[in-house]
Amino acid sequence: MSATNFDIIIVGGGPGGYVAALRAAQLGLSAAVVEAKHLGGICLNWGCIPTKALLRASEINHLLHDLGPYGFSAEKVSFDFSKIVARSRAVSKQLSGGVAHLLKKAKVPVFEGYGKLDGVDGAKRKVLVTPEKGAAVTLTAKHVILATGARARTLPGLEPDGKLVWSYREALVPEALPRRLLVIGSGAIGSEFASFYRNMGSEVTLVEVAPRILPVEDEEISALARKAFEKQGIRVLTSAKIGALRKSASDVTVPVEVNGKTEEFTVDRVISAVGIVGNVENIGLEGTKVKTDRTHVVTDALCRTGEPGVYAIGDLAGAPWLAHKASHEAVMCVEAIAGKHVHPIDSTKIPGCTYCRPQIASVGYTEARAKEAGYKVRVGKFPLMANGKALAMGEPEGLVKTVFDAQTGELLGAHMIGAEVTEMIQGYVIARTGELTEAELAETIFPHPTISESMHEAVLAAYDGALHF
Amino acid sequence: MAIEVLMPALSPTMTEGALARWIKAEGDKVAIGDVIAEIETDKATMEVEAVEDGILGRILVPEGTQGVAVNSPIAILVAEGEAVPEAGAVKPQAATAPAASPAAATPQGSAPVAAPAPVASTAKPAATGKRILASPLAKRIASQKGLDLTHIQGTGPSGRIVRRDVDKATSQSMVTAASTAPVAASGPTSRSIPHSSMRKVIARRLTEAKSTIPHFYVSVDVELDALLALRSQLNAASPEEGPDAFKLSVNDMLVKASAIALKRVPNVNASFTEQAMVLHDNVDISIAVSIPDGLITPILTRVDQKSLKQISQETKYLVKRARAGKLKPEEFQGGTFSISNMGMFGVRDFSAIINPPQAAILAIAAAKKQAVVKGNELAIATVMTVTLSVDHRVVDGAVAAEWLSAFRSVVESPLTLVL
Repeated sequence: MSATNFDIIIVGGGPGGYVAALRAAQLGLSAAVVEAKHLGGICLNWGCIPTKALLRASEINHLLHDLGPYGFSAEKVSFDFSKIVARSRAVSKQLSGGVAHLLKKAKVPVFEGYGKLDGVDGAKRKVLVTPEKGAAVTLTAKHVILATGARARTLPGLEPDGKLVWSYREALVPEALPRRLLVIGSGAIGSEFASFYRNMGSEVTLVEVAPRILPVEDEEISALARKAFEKQGIRVLTSAKIGALRKSASDVTVPVEVNGKTEEFTVDRVISAVGIVGNVENIGLEGTKVKTDRTHVVTDALCRTGEPGVYAIGDLAGAPWLAHKASHEAVMCVEAIAGKHVHPIDSTKIPGCTYCRPQIASVGYTEARAKEAGYKVRVGKFPLMANGKALAMGEPEGLVKTVFDAQTGELLGAHMIGAEVTEMIQGYVIARTGELTEAELAETIFPHPTISESMHEAVLAAYDGALHF
Repeated sequence: MAIEVLMPALSPTMTEGALARWIKAEGDKVAIGDVIAEIETDKATMEVEAVEDGILGRILVPEGTQGVAVNSPIAILVAEGEAVPEAGAVKPQAATAPAASPAAATPQGSAPVAAPAPVASTAKPAATGKRILASPLAKRIASQKGLDLTHIQGTGPSGRIVRRDVDKATSQSMVTAASTAPVAASGPTSRSIPHSSMRKVIARRLTEAKSTIPHFYVSVDVELDALLALRSQLNAASPEEGPDAFKLSVNDMLVKASAIALKRVPNVNASFTEQAMVLHDNVDISIAVSIPDGLITPILTRVDQKSLKQISQETKYLVKRARAGKLKPEEFQGGTFSISNMGMFGVRDFSAIINPPQAAILAIAAAKKQAVVKGNELAIATVMTVTLSVDHRVVDGAVAAEWLSAFRSVVESPLTLVL
């Protein structure tokens, strides 16, 4: 009989949950993970990772159709769509297996099944684990971390039906490439799917209720993204309202109202990417002091809920819904339980990346938000058009933008669009987290020739002026 | 590769300066840009940076030495493991650089400060040698708010001081100020104004002066009526307008009277050094002028050789330039004696702090009509109290009294002023 009592039980095995378990084990605490289906959570299995595998394929397809400028030509370029999807699944499977291995190495048992809070036993909390098959078991621990994640939000009339109307789940494992596709919602998820399907050859319409796509990004970056999408042939509709869908056996007609005018789109598939909701149901919150607010568990800065000994991290605990935020909260939460001195997360130091073509990456305040917050700002911009490496790569589309506090030189935010920017944003995140000012950034020597030089230039541009623009 | 470190010039006109302090000791490793010493003229302090890597092999000029000639060797830098050669056997090389040259810091036409001396920043207290871990942003905000990082507890990785610590320290200093204030206050009742470099220099120099110079004070009452009468007569002789027009102030006449007294009692026109008492031939008088963020002491040179009219015109010119922040370093660096006049503020008497390396400063209070006894009669006279602050290492009590007596005799028999 394996152990059923632990220092920490973690409900959910995603990038929040499994990282919490690994950190607990490192700190000498006994921990267990309760996971119903997939170690690695949405991120590894149905989110970050498989989409990146698909986007890589669409990038290759794009390149194969754009070989001319490099002096190549290729005929009869073709692809097997099922192999592209199969590769994406294989990558997810490999990583999920990796997580299982890491947990095993750390001697963290994984209990398969749905976990839920089930009252207390003396000073300990009980967690009931109900597997899909077989008998439920009760585990006990002093601390329980809820990390059950989130799922796609469904709007009335836009419920995914698994056939004509997809959520990200179906969009990740299509049987065939839809000829005509309409994507509702232009956040990171919607924009990435629009980009993937467009670059694979679908006719794509991207519909956004807000006045601009990627509404959380800096306005200037949004505008450049829209321009790039439109150049690629994506039809972009903003400030748009969706009417009632009319489905036939093989297609669906979507009325879209913009500025009082309604246009009807008949497409083969619709992807609904209108946000996500937290998985707060069936985890035993009823009758506890854990509070929820609009499908998310309310926590303090150290991830504590209203119930002593119960914590919530990651997507379940609210925006931003990002794997790296979940993992960071996991480490912080466990370290706090272990009695270490920890610092609450500052959301303006969490980077965000969108892997559409061109890529988008940002951290901190947008120019508009900085001004709203009362900062007097200095803004620097550098277009990739003026960057040697970007030109050599044939990727001259893009911009790097910095926002500094004019008074203290604090890097308030950085916003990038273009090739490889998701790999580069960490430079600005380090600067912001390490509290470097414009002086240290200006003094930093960036390697030549790299696209990252434009990060340096965007800093100089905010002060004395960029050297190469 | 032994290299002589040479005494740098803080300004184009500087010929010598004092070696105020060695930051590095013999045997210390130095890297390019490290501050190795502080040098000063009477107004400006400057950090000396190494411009070569190496070991500080030998200090040739001990700290506290006055009058070190520009370009004379002050130390020898050697490579690691290298024997230290004798001074003179080393190839001289301009191995030092002032951290910022005053010429650069005070370009013509821009606003200069009294002393373009960037005192060691709060972030690196060279005095204690203890490294403070702080983020660049924390350092900058602390310096903008005038907070000393050595008193802030860091909560970042390895105790690093980060922005939130500085923000917390700011609000705490406000809370402390509020809670210790005698009047209960609901909000912050104090605010921090970061020191200007002038304020830092004032603080440092006056602390040094008051704590290292054994001051003593001698006061005397001086009757001004004769001088005032003479002043009226002289001013009446001025043309109505034009380049020759003048209007003498009482201060102009007291400056001249001081110069005559200094000529008569030359031991007051002196400086103390460890080895000797230095008597100055020239009478160069520093006049304290208050300016918006502090004070500055422009210098009237060779006052004993100048006429009242010249003194008046030059003083007006210097005060105007001082208030406009346009003095050149040589116009406020130097001087052999100082005068601080607070007569216009109506003060009865006060004593001033000596402006080193000078040996004395005269504090002039307000002139007031009062009853005096002349012979056996009561009379009315315009009287002011002047107080001479003196460096007792240079000037003894009898000499100070003698000087004041000379000063009073000139003021009360003022015709000497126009001779």
